Amino acid sequence: MKKNLTTVMFRGTKEQEEQLYAVIEKYRETPGALMPILQEAQEIYGYLPIEVQRMIALRMGISMEEVYGVATFYSQFVLNPKGEIAIAVCLGTACYVKGSGEILDKITQILGLPAGSTTSDGKYSLEATRCIGACGLAPVLTINNEVYGRLVPSDMEGILAKYK
Amino acid sequence: MIRSHVLICGGTGCTSSNSLKIQEAMNNELTAMGLENEVKVVVTGCFGLCALGPIMIVYPEGTFYSNVTIADVHEIVEEHLLKGRPVERLVYHEENESKHHATSLSETTFYKKQKRIALRNCGVINPENIDEYIAMDGYQALGKVLTEMTPDDVIQTILDSGLRGRGGGGFPTGLKWKFASGNRGGIKKFVACNADEGDPGAFMDRSILEGDPHAVLEAMAIAGYAIGADEGYIYVRAEYPIAIKRLEIAIKQAREYGLLGTDIFGTGFNFDIQLRFGAGAFVCGEETALMTSIEGNRGEPRPRPPFPAVKGLFGQPTVLNNVETYANICQIILNGADWFKTMGTEKSKGTKVFALGGKITNTGLVEVPMGTTLREVIEEIGGGIPNGKKFKAAQTGGPSGGCIPASLIDTPIDYDNLIAIGSMMGSGGLIVMDEDTCMVDLARFFLDFTVDESCGKCTPCRVGTRRLLEILDKIIAGNGELEDLDRMEELANYIKSASLCGLGQTAPNPVLSTIRYFRDEYVTHIVDKKCPAGVCKNLLQFKIDLDKCIGCGMCAKNCPADAIIRTDYIAPGHKLASFEIDPKKCVKCGACMEKCKPHAIYKD
Repeated sequence: MKKNLTTVMFRGTKEQEEQLYAVIEKYRETPGALMPILQEAQEIYGYLPIEVQRMIALRMGISMEEVYGVATFYSQFVLNPKGEIAIAVCLGTACYVKGSGEILDKITQILGLPAGSTTSDGKYSLEATRCIGACGLAPVLTINNEVYGRLVPSDMEGILAKYK
Repeated sequence: MIRSHVLICGGTGCTSSNSLKIQEAMNNELTAMGLENEVKVVVTGCFGLCALGPIMIVYPEGTFYSNVTIADVHEIVEEHLLKGRPVERLVYHEENESKHHATSLSETTFYKKQKRIALRNCGVINPENIDEYIAMDGYQALGKVLTEMTPDDVIQTILDSGLRGRGGGGFPTGLKWKFASGNRGGIKKFVACNADEGDPGAFMDRSILEGDPHAVLEAMAIAGYAIGADEGYIYVRAEYPIAIKRLEIAIKQAREYGLLGTDIFGTGFNFDIQLRFGAGAFVCGEETALMTSIEGNRGEPRPRPPFPAVKGLFGQPTVLNNVETYANICQIILNGADWFKTMGTEKSKGTKVFALGGKITNTGLVEVPMGTTLREVIEEIGGGIPNGKKFKAAQTGGPSGGCIPASLIDTPIDYDNLIAIGSMMGSGGLIVMDEDTCMVDLARFFLDFTVDESCGKCTPCRVGTRRLLEILDKIIAGNGELEDLDRMEELANYIKSASLCGLGQTAPNPVLSTIRYFRDEYVTHIVDKKCPAGVCKNLLQFKIDLDKCIGCGMCAKNCPADAIIRTDYIAPGHKLASFEIDPKKCVKCGACMEKCKPHAIYKD
């Protein structure tokens, strides 16, 4: 998935930095540690801004190019922070066949927010995800990990209104 | 004394519709009524009938409750568990079954034709309790292998069983093990498990990991013994939090019981397993890319040979199998190769799990013997197409597979038959489509996926799939030419023949198979500029039936493009003049259609 660099300012704390260095230390002897380190770094910061990638590269003694290469290769690593209200619409095949594309369009229309982005105030983010495995409830979306299933486009205004 | 067991599905499907909160409510309710020592609530893996979730079964009666909500819990506890009267309105009934006759679960059409081997413990045991797995003959196969069989015996048994890789390729598992078995003890080797289930719409591996994680651990240890490896890796999608949690618990419990670790069963055999999490790259389901990813790099595939059996993870000989393949191993060891061979077709033995999804009544997981026809799976087990629509096609193999048209619905499903009709088994996603699905749009959907997921290493795949997508976009936009069909076929064949890994080699399949079976539909898009299924927006026009329109104006109010205007025409029996849509201004958002009370707006 195409990744856009973030426009939101980096606000990492000293504490987070220490946590990150502890993680890198933990994996010092593990072969192939970059992936688990990035995964835990994303848990600490919520996303992987360039500042965090740079810290990882310096501490691990590997090139920035290598870190950036891995961070942008996998769709789960995000370079943009999630919004306070994080909306994810499943575009797996089962959901797509049952109309999740229209659900996504509807949300974009209501919020004026294209998929894969975060509003500049950091309030909403909208992403199209791969199959989340709730195919029995298709089409499905999640808002802050709350699952909504068997949707039709006209449900969206009501659901989004709960999260003003 | 425990007199009743309540089994609640804790698979991802049911959890998404609150099954864990139902469990909590149930426990509270039982405590409130003083039944906590008589009734035991067990959270299990997936039952398979995800469409009816959340699902609950009460034993010893075997009462099957579907679509349970938190509000129903009080009634179930009071009426059924306290007074012994099943709550009729929640009991699952098949359509043609009399109201008062609750059949046992195994007799329902959904389960009757199934043969559950890989899923045998899913929905039966508590996956977070190793004792329940052991009570179901768990770790007996490992014991048998370590104490009664030589490593070569194990490989021979798997070879004889005819088991083929369930991840999609269908390579004989025993042969894979045999290739990696040389120089036991002399060289470091690895056993790996591919749990990076990336096909959109496939969730059988997840359900096995969630419902029966020990079966995979045990089989990996058996593989370790067979090839002479002492270390295993499970590469699991990070998007599967429940599966990861249960795997972590299972590994911990197995270590505590001495079933993983050093000197297993006192035989001197050592084996331990580590988890690695995928990060959402479809290509990592390819074996060499998966290993590159475990090594901490971008998940790009490597050329084969050397095959992983010779040079795999960290450059060492490695056996890599899929979750479902491993889930069959212990049963083959315990029951013998001959037992396994009784199921299936000549070249495809055993069973296959399918994830039924899309336009089908019983979405969920089913496990059937190889050779079952598509018709049996869709019409009988799957309960057919909902809303009286017609079956149009089934898609197997995800983005690598193809579409099977209605005319081939009686094809017995096995590896070779599916390849012959231009699709593939894949990991087992089976998406059903009805007449409202546009095949051009579907091909575009899959191609959009592969364009996104191509790792970029091979030009034919990276650039070729994008060019294919552009041609499809052109057709969908109404600018297609008939020559585009030949162009796509030519390009598709280049991509297939010049890509390094399975992703590129199969990426054009959705396009090729839809052109093969639904050429007419492409031609209609190109020549008539129409989408028969009414999906491709650019080829559609929204229109208002002037005689149905009551002139309320809701459509015009909600039109973001001011494309709807009032006409002079007043329909007979109506008071207000009807509206019409200006096709030049219409952005085809569909907002008007949603708001129209008398359903006067239609797509043409």
